Amino acid sequence: MSRAEPRPRSKRAKRSDARSHTNTVPPVVEITDVTFAYGDTPAVSDVSLTVEAGDFLGLVGPNGSGKTTLLHLMLGLLTPDEGAVELFGEPVDAFDDGGRIGYVSQKATSQGGSMPVTVRECVTMGRYAHVGRGRLTDADRDAVDDALETVGIVDLAGRMLAELSGGQKQRAYIARALASDADLLALDEPTVGVDAESRDAFYALLDGLNDDGITIVLIEHDIGVVTDRASRVACINTELYHHGDTASFVESDALAEAYGTTGQVVHHHH
Amino acid sequence: MSALTSTDLADRRRAVQVVGIGATALLAAGMLGFLALYWAQDLPVARELYAAFRAMGRGVDAALGTNVFRHPFMWQSLSTGVLVGVVAPLVGVFLVHREMALIGETLAHTAFAGVAVGLLVTSTTGWSGSLLLVALVVGIAGALGVQWLTEHTDAYGDVPIAIMLSGSFAVGTLIISYGRGLTGINVEGYLFGNLAVVTVEGARLMGVLSVVVVAAILLTYKPLLFITFDEQAARVAQLDVTGYNALLVVLTAVVVVGAMQVLGVILVAAMLVVPVAAASQVARSFREATRLSVLFGQLSVLGGFALAIRLGLPTGGSIVVVAIAIYLGAIALAGSSTRALSTHG
Repeated sequence: MSRAEPRPRSKRAKRSDARSHTNTVPPVVEITDVTFAYGDTPAVSDVSLTVEAGDFLGLVGPNGSGKTTLLHLMLGLLTPDEGAVELFGEPVDAFDDGGRIGYVSQKATSQGGSMPVTVRECVTMGRYAHVGRGRLTDADRDAVDDALETVGIVDLAGRMLAELSGGQKQRAYIARALASDADLLALDEPTVGVDAESRDAFYALLDGLNDDGITIVLIEHDIGVVTDRASRVACINTELYHHGDTASFVESDALAEAYGTTGQVVHHHH
Repeated sequence: MSALTSTDLADRRRAVQVVGIGATALLAAGMLGFLALYWAQDLPVARELYAAFRAMGRGVDAALGTNVFRHPFMWQSLSTGVLVGVVAPLVGVFLVHREMALIGETLAHTAFAGVAVGLLVTSTTGWSGSLLLVALVVGIAGALGVQWLTEHTDAYGDVPIAIMLSGSFAVGTLIISYGRGLTGINVEGYLFGNLAVVTVEGARLMGVLSVVVVAAILLTYKPLLFITFDEQAARVAQLDVTGYNALLVVLTAVVVVGAMQVLGVILVAAMLVVPVAAASQVARSFREATRLSVLFGQLSVLGGFALAIRLGLPTGGSIVVVAIAIYLGAIALAGSSTRALSTHG
């Protein structure tokens, strides 16, 4: 098993650093008073939220609470009914530097994927945001090799994605994001169907990437993972119940309030 | 055998495919060359080349004891078939993996309505434009209609598409029965595919369309692959997903109209789907799936033509039956290699 070594945790210092620079560096994501409904059913109601460079934001909430919708609004996959979304300081519909965002959708990872695509082909797609229709250069291929190495799947490069385990597949998708030189990694429940051991290794990898300065927005149903790993937590159930650092989230009643009527909290680690 | 490493095997596999694709490309280029010569046969140099080509055809007939290759119309059908064998799987490889196979079928029926409109227009106005050109215009309009439907309903919800499929066929049959007294043109040829249905204009149109389709796919292979594999991630990467989707359905319409002549409306979608399905059974990468799809498509066309010519059968059915035989062979091959892997590993 190849696995990236967990790197030392120095991010707390780094992050407060990043936070103090908010005047010069625009936030990675800035959501202002955003509302979105599917027909008559409100999914996200009046949410404002800022993700600063270097943040590791855990997005939690009960099933059907609008987490994925909120993430799609952040990435410009959905257009808000009301309110504004900015990515890297630009209105999301004017934002065109697709290489800066690596997105791993819930669908991408849960589908078995009968399509014959190799790990290398998948990771190379990360470069397409840069080369468009053009030819790949040696620099592009180097970026792919580096990304494969960072997530520890060099030996799987020639294998078909469909043949990999859930954890290996996740690494391939992360490598695709790294190959595109993404500053923002957006992950929607990336470890559904991944065994516990691979999941820990996967989150150690995310920690390491975050230490290297990559901003992460993670939707995760396991609150324990979020409180262990994330530096900040946004807890939503259509409305925003909490947005702040992880310690204040743990002390608050936001969790109980957000989950109150809808059911069970998944809390493996505590 | 044990001396071969898996890399050696992969290299050998790749070499066989590259040679096959090279041969297919040569064949297709030769067919385009024939269409060009046939077009330009009254020009000085082309006249001699064309005469030499006809002589070669008679030679082939003499050698095989057939009465096929001396006839220019047979070469028109053959070249149309060979070009269909290249472009249909090339577009199909993206359609199939996007689970949009039904769109090919729908556009075939839309194009059929186009043929019907063309028949009506030519018979009532006396305008002698190509039927297929009308079918192409209607087919592309239908393609953009399908695209609009899928964008404005649930993602690739197949109900509006199924309605469009039967709706355009219904309109086609109405127009044809309305115009039956006005024209003597054989509609069955377009339904089931027929060697004799390929007209001079039809073959030329196919020649031009295949150059356009191959160029478009070569130019947009990367974004099409990304969108096929992970549409949302492609959107986030700021690819023009709507634009490429529209391009893909328009290319499908173009292929369908060209292929309709030899395959017929009812069977044309098979050429978009079956070779790709066969290739996906054995391919180890998307690039390989693309190469194998074209190879299997070409083998189906050539095998189907051989069957059709030898036994005097319709080309459409013959080609599809050969394609399905290849598909079954690929399943058997994939099954046996999986067994081999699991017993050894």
